[in-house]
Amino acid sequence: MTEKTSPPAGLRRTAPVWVQVLIWVGLLAVLIVLAIGLFHAQNPILSVGSKVPNFTLTLFDKYPYQTSTQVRLSDLRGKVVVVNFWASWCVTCADEAPYVESAWQEYGPTGQVVFLGVDYTDVDAKALDYLKMYNITYPNGPDLGTRITPIFNRNIAMPETYVVDQQGVLVHQQIGAFQSLAEIQSVIDPLIRGR
Amino acid sequence: MRRFSWVPILVFISLAVWVRPVAAQQPTPSDDEVNAIASQLYCPVCENTPLDVCPTQACHDWRELIRQMLAEGKTTDQIKQYFVDHYGARVLSEPPRTGFNWLVYIVPPLAFLLGVFLLYRAFRTWKLVAAESAGDPLHAVAPSHGSAPAAENEYVSRVEEELRKRN
Amino acid sequence: MLAEFGFGVLLLALIVALFSVGAAIYGYFSRSDRWVESARRSLLLTFPLISLTALTLIYELATGHYELQYVYSVTSNEMPFYLKITALWGGQAGSLIFWSWLLSAFASAVAMRKWDRDQEFLPWVVAVTAITLAFFLSLSIFFENPFTRWWQTAGGGMLLSMFPPQGATLLVPPDGQGLNELLRHPGMIIHPPMLYLGFVSFVIPYAFAMAALITGRVDDRWIRITRRWTLWAWLFLSCGLVLGMWWAYDVLGWGGYWGWDSSEVAALLPWLVGTAFLHTVIIQEKRGMFKPLNIILIILTYVMVIVATFLIRSGLLSSVHAFAQSTIGYQFIVFIAIMLVISVGLLIYRWKDLQSEASISTTSLWSREALFLLAALIFGGIFIVCFWGIFFPIISEALTNQRMTVGPPWYKQAVGPLFASLLLLMGLATLSSWTYGTLKTIGRAVWKPVIPTALLPIVLFVAGMRNVLAYIGLTLAAFALFVTLYEFGRGVGARARTHSENLLVAFWRQTARKRRRLGGILVHLSMVMMALAIIGIEMFQTTTQKSLAIGQSIELSGYTIRYDSLAQFPYVDGRIVTRAVLSLYRNGQYLGELHPRYDLFPDGQPMAIPAIRSTLADDVYVVLVDWENLSTAQTPFKVYHNPLVMWLWVGSFVFILGILITAWPEREIEPAAVRVNATVPKLSST
Repeated sequence: MTEKTSPPAGLRRTAPVWVQVLIWVGLLAVLIVLAIGLFHAQNPILSVGSKVPNFTLTLFDKYPYQTSTQVRLSDLRGKVVVVNFWASWCVTCADEAPYVESAWQEYGPTGQVVFLGVDYTDVDAKALDYLKMYNITYPNGPDLGTRITPIFNRNIAMPETYVVDQQGVLVHQQIGAFQSLAEIQSVIDPLIRGR
Repeated sequence: MRRFSWVPILVFISLAVWVRPVAAQQPTPSDDEVNAIASQLYCPVCENTPLDVCPTQACHDWRELIRQMLAEGKTTDQIKQYFVDHYGARVLSEPPRTGFNWLVYIVPPLAFLLGVFLLYRAFRTWKLVAAESAGDPLHAVAPSHGSAPAAENEYVSRVEEELRKRN
Repeated sequence: MLAEFGFGVLLLALIVALFSVGAAIYGYFSRSDRWVESARRSLLLTFPLISLTALTLIYELATGHYELQYVYSVTSNEMPFYLKITALWGGQAGSLIFWSWLLSAFASAVAMRKWDRDQEFLPWVVAVTAITLAFFLSLSIFFENPFTRWWQTAGGGMLLSMFPPQGATLLVPPDGQGLNELLRHPGMIIHPPMLYLGFVSFVIPYAFAMAALITGRVDDRWIRITRRWTLWAWLFLSCGLVLGMWWAYDVLGWGGYWGWDSSEVAALLPWLVGTAFLHTVIIQEKRGMFKPLNIILIILTYVMVIVATFLIRSGLLSSVHAFAQSTIGYQFIVFIAIMLVISVGLLIYRWKDLQSEASISTTSLWSREALFLLAALIFGGIFIVCFWGIFFPIISEALTNQRMTVGPPWYKQAVGPLFASLLLLMGLATLSSWTYGTLKTIGRAVWKPVIPTALLPIVLFVAGMRNVLAYIGLTLAAFALFVTLYEFGRGVGARARTHSENLLVAFWRQTARKRRRLGGILVHLSMVMMALAIIGIEMFQTTTQKSLAIGQSIELSGYTIRYDSLAQFPYVDGRIVTRAVLSLYRNGQYLGELHPRYDLFPDGQPMAIPAIRSTLADDVYVVLVDWENLSTAQTPFKVYHNPLVMWLWVGSFVFILGILITAWPEREIEPAAVRVNATVPKLSST
């Protein structure tokens, strides 16, 4: 004869309420986090038409902006800002370097356009060599702490260039190198036309 | 004869004095010394790759940078701090214990403690039932009310119980 | 033509799977055996259908139909034939088909078993399996279709589509991109299939658990049925993980086999819960306890299988494993959410019925049941650590826009003590008694194995070892080892005594009859071996790097490695191979040659293949470093000395043997071995 002792009635109960709530809340939290993570991983934070958050770029000594070794995006309100991301170890960056420099030579003197070069995870000595080799003259600085690049693109691949208009709104995202000077002109000209 | 021998010695001494600032540097750090530090850092660009095994040109440059910094006499902490300042906290092999990052160190022990608590409660239940049943050794099969198992279910359960004993 | 056929059959498979779900559920609620049988048969039908799709895709891969975007992305003309076939799981779209294929195979196997005793489970096992299958099929059909092709539109543009757009012609590239070179290794060929097998086979126990919850038959019938399924699933998953380790060690050239990379950890998550589940179901079988816990664990295993598949495939993880950004992330999340809500809802609904009927009244805190529960807790702890290590960087980046690295130091300091306690528990639990065990009973059983265990630290100390963590780790491993051996010896001895057999016969009969026990012992032994390997490499690895000219040597841990020569030559598939020849010596004695290689592929991808000399005592592991310019004057080499690594591979073989022995179909239960010496009176004939 099988003895079946069941626990006294008082101990047979459904899961206590707080346990149930904890389980559901925990599960929900995990799923929400997954969804948020996925959303962020797949969608760029910044897209054409949205306002570019402010950032501060510390410049190399030899490549200042109007004698200052620090420049904030907010200081440049009212001008077109071309933010060019590059690195000395990036092969295609060298391809577009002459075009970008030519564009700077053309637009810089007008005072309406500012070119900023952001050096992404690079060794300073190599970066300075690169700048010298391609005769680059526009303001350049390293992305210290890699804080500026994630603002524009979490999964950035060199080179990328972002053009911000006079109101601080992103108007163009260039992934990969510019193929010619004309390409750069076609982006900037409409912004300064009629001014 | 003496005067003749002074000149080369003077030249030699003045050369040595002139050359000394260079010789004040330490000998070139070995690969092992570089790797000892590089293995504690992660490549700022590649995904999840320690700096000592990363094969790219950029990583090669960074290891040379470490070598140079070691030659200048910098300590491990100074070098690591340099990398953090320049490339962000993700070059470290675990998040620095600041601000939001404390969560990464606190959550697992807390969750584990929660598990310990649940286990404690389970054991207490066992002991409670032991205490109750001990007071009534003849408290045998209690027909459950409410969700009364059909006769068929009870039969099945008893068969399962027998099978269980045989294993 | 062929692509349309493959896609069509796939679509048909989805329709059949969905029908199976509907028919099963309808059949259950209307108590119609016919509908349930129809559902079962539909599930069976999915396997030949998906096989047709898979074989079509394989054919297209093997014959280089580069108009298919998938074939273009994972194969190329110069790839050898067998690699073109295994490219089926080389990319996202193909591996989803492969997943569905494997699941349909397992679904058919389960549908073909004898259902007489368990008719009530059938509709829900079919339904749950078919729902999972339908999900993966719909991913393939709607989002990641391997049969989409390149088209040249009338306007001159290029378009990717399944069906021909208006007025477009097929665009057939002359060659494909080819499979990533890192993936062209035997380990990588079998690692994904094995891992998928492990994932997929855990769906079956989960389906039975859901069936148990829904039908209310929450006794251990479903556990008994799925015991072998769980074992095989665990075997496949473990092998998948070990194969991944082997590939990392053999090919990636960084001197280790586990880097706590996010994808590695993601694949570990289901294994951790699965191992805990494997143990706690034993308690339910023996004593009817832990029912809710087992349901929780199998739900968690299933969810983790889907989550792991999702994590590795969705591009969410920053990892050397990361595949390209994919489009199917949200679908996974929705599916996980739905299954989780349903499973947990069912669990809460049935909670009352899951309370144990058996006498938990007299269960001691030092009994085997309690120790198993403790082990489950520790597995849970390791699981939490691994889970958080993966998710924290995701959360951190989402909230602070800063990517953080959670690397080996963090994992090791968290997981080390937990694994050490598992070793200790493995020893204690083996010697514990069911239900009534007390600290005294363990103590009485344990003092015998403790004696040789206690000798070990003394021996180590005399030998000069001073690493405290190594003392702890090795002593615990030794404890687990001696307990396991002692327990087995005790069983053989007991049998020899009761059956009056000599020890050899007893040994043979014991292993033949008590297969489960022997299997368990072998598996625990394999864990001790792997623990040994891990302790060896974690605590005693040494490494050095040096640039050598020909004739020079590197010295490391008593070994001398002399650089003899260098050769560079092109290989058939277009890569440039740089191969060094080194001679290995120890104490002046010549041990052999080592040939590390550095391969540079046409697309610029480099691969450093190590040269490894393995013995049971240690590995000598040599890599060519950073090789770009040919210069025999200064060739950089990196040498690792990895003690005891081989025990990892030996352990995995013992592990496989142990599971096979346990899972192999057993003979009928041995009748009671009691000799009755009574004489039976003769019946008088009437």
